[in-house]
Amino acid sequence: MQQLFWKNVKMKTMKKTDICIIENSKIIVNKQIIFERQTENFQDFAKEAYKSLELNYPKFHKMDNLSKLAFLASEMILKNEDHSKTALVFANKSSSLDTDFKYQESINSKENYFPSPAVFVYTLPNICVGEISIKHKMQTENAFFVLDEFDEEFLNDYSQQILNSGKAEKVLCGWVELYKENYKAFVYLLNN
Amino acid sequence: MKEVFITDYNCVTPLGFDVSSNWNALLEGKSSVALHKIIENQEPFYASMIDSEKLNEEFQKNFDNQEFTRLEKMFLLSLKPLVEKHQISDETAFILSTTKGNISLLKNQTTLPEDVFLSKMAQKIADFFGFKTKPIVVSNACVSGVMAMAVAKNMIQAGKYKDAFVIAGDEISEFVISGFNSFQAIGTEICKPYDKNRDGINIGEATAAVYITSELNQNEKFSFKVLGDSAINDANHISGPSRTGDGLFASIKNAMTEAKISSEQIDFISAHGTATIYNDEMEAIAFNRMDFQNIPLNSLKAYYGHCLGASGLLESIISMESALNNILIPSKNFKETGTSQTLNIIKENQTAEIKYILKTASGFGGCNAAIVLEKC
Repeated sequence: MQQLFWKNVKMKTMKKTDICIIENSKIIVNKQIIFERQTENFQDFAKEAYKSLELNYPKFHKMDNLSKLAFLASEMILKNEDHSKTALVFANKSSSLDTDFKYQESINSKENYFPSPAVFVYTLPNICVGEISIKHKMQTENAFFVLDEFDEEFLNDYSQQILNSGKAEKVLCGWVELYKENYKAFVYLLNN
Repeated sequence: MKEVFITDYNCVTPLGFDVSSNWNALLEGKSSVALHKIIENQEPFYASMIDSEKLNEEFQKNFDNQEFTRLEKMFLLSLKPLVEKHQISDETAFILSTTKGNISLLKNQTTLPEDVFLSKMAQKIADFFGFKTKPIVVSNACVSGVMAMAVAKNMIQAGKYKDAFVIAGDEISEFVISGFNSFQAIGTEICKPYDKNRDGINIGEATAAVYITSELNQNEKFSFKVLGDSAINDANHISGPSRTGDGLFASIKNAMTEAKISSEQIDFISAHGTATIYNDEMEAIAFNRMDFQNIPLNSLKAYYGHCLGASGLLESIISMESALNNILIPSKNFKETGTSQTLNIIKENQTAEIKYILKTASGFGGCNAAIVLEKC
């Protein structure tokens, strides 16, 4: 019984510690704008942010735009701390449709048939979670959901369950939506 | 912690449009993998495909409204018998697992058709059956089907729902076939999981559905308790399986810790076994690290191909059917060990008492998933 009680107490104290928002050509961490640049497209914005924030991770350039968005937001929160017990729970609306569309164009016509494995691998939304895991060597719980709109309550409930089960000590949680030039990341860290 | 049970299931595959026809076909060792012309101007591929005419016929028998895509028809057919038997309430979750959904609709389009959005497709199915809660789509590559059951269990245990309908599905498309082909990952004949001569996967298509509940009413024909689950990333490579099996090993370990059972208690493993060189090798390493080398194990990929987001759920259903019938199904096309570490791969139909099942899957993005089921 005592153990149950302790769990209930824990449940109420799940805290959101750091928040990163990326939208409208800005990267905002805990309400502070840490990078802002008007660019022609998201790809340029991501590149400029990468340089300015001195991320120094060449694999970044091979990623698709959804992965770049999720990666940038996660970097702002994960930094160089130990995340060997931090789970990753992400969601968005457009899945990997941004890259799906590009891949489909490469196979639409017989004359211009050029499917590339380097593009195809990004036609899954959870690849961005894999990219973050690789960067921080996070062999931890991960999940990717597709929802019609950002549902923080759902993500928090799911994360809470991961924390309660003891499968992780923290959860990096968030919404990473991107299709062409429409993008928004809202990523945050949950602690028990 | 609340106990959660699977008490009903159904599937739609090229081997049959219900569980019993699938089970009988498997007992006879039938494979649905065959040569199919999928991409214009290209040689046919070995794949497991549902006959569209048969699908339409079956659909017309069951539904008046015909405004559905081919994949949606497969979904509806798999879910219908469950919805007829179990009531949908305000506390019923609807969870859908898929990797690519209606991706075929993207061909030659200049803008995105609405129905390629996974949440849109899920809502369409939810509305048709009258689900009251918002659909949850799990899209976690090839582990989606296993993970969808885990999500149902976890959300029910969190007290958010009382029960859940979980469906999983993917269809064969030029998109997916051309992609796997660009990876040179497609096998040149019916695939041979774990075998020395394996040379790649066959893509398959299917839908599967399970009903999961925290409230038994004693009318169940069977029930399987969902004991534990986990999905750990390899953190190694986005398309290559880990050489150490770290993620799969950790997923199994976590799932068993939550299930509170030991290695010796597992009676049967329904593994992923895609028949690519590296995946099967990775699994053999992970299973050996768990000391599972003597536990009977199969891959169903040589019967059904790899049904992507459907595979984990479909294979779990067949595993439960195995447990109910006390028969282990062989890992078709396995002849000679082709992994650096040995496994106890099932070679022929054999009777066995099966209480604890371990189901695993692994996929792109370095993801892995494991779930432990107990026959009650």
